[in-house]
Amino acid sequence: MIGIEHYVVVSSILFVLGVLGIFLNRKNVIVILMAIELILLAVNINFVAFSAFLQDLTGQIFAMFVLTVAAGEAAIGLAILVIYFRGRGTIAVDDVNRMKG
Amino acid sequence: MIHTIAFYLFATLVVASGAITILARNPVHSVLWLILAFFNAAGLMVLVGAEFIAMLLVIVYVGAVAVLFLFVVMMLDIDFAELRAGFVKNFPLGMLVAVVLLCEIVLGIGAFRAGALHLGTPDGSAATAVGVSNIKAIGALLYGRYLFLFEAAGVILLVAMIGAIVLTHRQRSDTRGQNIGRQIARRPEEATVNVKPEVGKGVQL
Repeated sequence: MIGIEHYVVVSSILFVLGVLGIFLNRKNVIVILMAIELILLAVNINFVAFSAFLQDLTGQIFAMFVLTVAAGEAAIGLAILVIYFRGRGTIAVDDVNRMKG
Repeated sequence: MIHTIAFYLFATLVVASGAITILARNPVHSVLWLILAFFNAAGLMVLVGAEFIAMLLVIVYVGAVAVLFLFVVMMLDIDFAELRAGFVKNFPLGMLVAVVLLCEIVLGIGAFRAGALHLGTPDGSAATAVGVSNIKAIGALLYGRYLFLFEAAGVILLVAMIGAIVLTHRQRSDTRGQNIGRQIARRPEEATVNVKPEVGKGVQL
């Protein structure tokens, strides 16, 4: 019998994999953005599972909003990546020091 | 029975393809494994009866976001082998953070199951009416109770679209574009001539 715990476990593993991906690929911004997408996917699975568990559709509505924000974030992030690559010829995160931060 | 098999199939595949996404050498392979992860997550959502969100996941993520990633990965000419140089060096720290995070989550779930905190009970005011399909119920909720949030989401997407266009747009000097002002300012008198050539003389253009 599949319960809410199974879904929580799957989404936790996916979330941890996303965080691990950010740490493993510290230089490659594209893979970091993909890892963020994995994290948001884990959040969405949690939202939908709890929406089914509590018989409350609000979770699915909020999963849609998470989807919206993920799409906007991917678009803006990749646009920034493209203009950064145009100016510098590299996307290594370590070299991003133009603002002296 | 079939539910259990389907759940474990989807769950295994989503976790495995998520792991390969972050471990793959080639970012193009990463994007393709990410697409597989999205498909299997959509399968997980169909299993609990959230078919609308599942279809939306396939359309938005696979149709738009993953293709955008693929496009950018292929458009940028990057030496990815050099970018992976710190992979082995970062591995211990990354594993440490991941293990700590997993322990925290397990602890959180354990504490939740112990059931000490009582934050109140849901009133169930937004519960699905029995016999209404998933899409109908979501539509009623989205265009009713969450109408303004829905429109705010639309505004967010509009801002993201305009931002992406403004960021990546550039004026190129080496191309011959359309000069609309010049086109409109042209008058018929300077554009055409009416000549009556004699036979065998030809026309000067």
